[in-house]
Amino acid sequence: MNGIPFAHERKVTLCHVCGYVCPEDAHDCPRCDSAVHRRKPNSLVRTWAFLIAGLIFYIPANTLPVMFTTLLGSASENTIMSGVIEFAEGGSWDIAILIFIASVLVPCVKFLVLGMLLVTCQRRSQWAMRERSRLYRFIELIGYWSMLDVLVVALVAALVQFRGLSTIEPRLGILFFGLVVVMTMLAAMSFDPRLIWDAEVEDV
Amino acid sequence: MPRSTTPLSDPAQWIICEHCDSLYHATPLNKGETAYCLRCAGVLSRGHRMTIEQLLALSIAAGIMFVFANVFPVISISMKGLYNQVTLWGSVEALAQGQITLIALVAGLAIILAPALQIALLFWVLVHAQRDEIAPGFKICMRTLEHLRPWSMLEVCLLGILVAIIKLGGMLDVHPGVGLWAMAMLMVLIVLIAGKDIRRLWDDLGVQPE
Repeated sequence: MNGIPFAHERKVTLCHVCGYVCPEDAHDCPRCDSAVHRRKPNSLVRTWAFLIAGLIFYIPANTLPVMFTTLLGSASENTIMSGVIEFAEGGSWDIAILIFIASVLVPCVKFLVLGMLLVTCQRRSQWAMRERSRLYRFIELIGYWSMLDVLVVALVAALVQFRGLSTIEPRLGILFFGLVVVMTMLAAMSFDPRLIWDAEVEDV
Repeated sequence: MPRSTTPLSDPAQWIICEHCDSLYHATPLNKGETAYCLRCAGVLSRGHRMTIEQLLALSIAAGIMFVFANVFPVISISMKGLYNQVTLWGSVEALAQGQITLIALVAGLAIILAPALQIALLFWVLVHAQRDEIAPGFKICMRTLEHLRPWSMLEVCLLGILVAIIKLGGMLDVHPGVGLWAMAMLMVLIVLIAGKDIRRLWDDLGVQPE
């Protein structure tokens, strides 16, 4: 495609830490001493592993309560979705949508996009490479916004501590939800977007 | 098309796209200019917006804002004569309960430890860079900065504070604290100073490969 050379054709590799153009046979970057790999090691396998771990944690993250509220003697437990619904019913549509995007949509989009990228890379597909490359950068960008709910629960639980009147405590669900975010972030980091483009040259 | 396979002479003249491994001749960019990869449309490099002195000044400002954001409460609430307030550390502590302590560590890293380390390391490398020196431990500082970047989540924290204010606003009196304003400014400063742009120091200071 349009004759731009790939780095490996000229026997060089990028150092991901400092951006130095390293010789292909270097194990460590000559400039910053970090380990240099032609492609991220075991990229596909590691990404699958983190992705599947994230998917497994996603089940308890949504079914277990994330927050336990007592208000004047009455106790209630909230899951992530029931929190969203509570906002929506209370009339705060904007906040409901915001939390829905950060806590439900973003992780789901990440699962779907990463899964699609993994499958297409394993099939060495040459389909929509530029767009897939863009999609990868997009999910890298939005990934950490899912931590929103974890931080909201932390703040609210720290604030509402009026014994006898009202208290809010975090519950196990928030741990799993946080782990989902960490796992999907690690999955996105272990995926090597250069694999998308390898199909173009290495098949020939 | 025949492609040359001869080794490259001077590594500093070349730039590799991190998203698709395309190799380009590096061209100096002016302030505000951005080079995009022709193959995958990712960002190759950006022109520097600020001088080393400006970056140093902003990192000192970030340090001050960080102290304010952590010392003062970010939100305070009152309910039937009772009063309570929370700092960033207090909210991390609220998660540190029994089984879920692990998530307190993640939150602590994301909103306190990672930003603190970023500011401290940036100050250390910049204060030396401003005198054209390579700071002691420069390599490890720069490597740590690279690895910290994805885990620093002040933007998310700020949005979280705002959501918490609205969430609680329905049932009790909520007042944003000094910490919230400091946090907002800190977030802007971190975005300005802690981006990938700091990699320029490798070239600016002429760190020699071994």
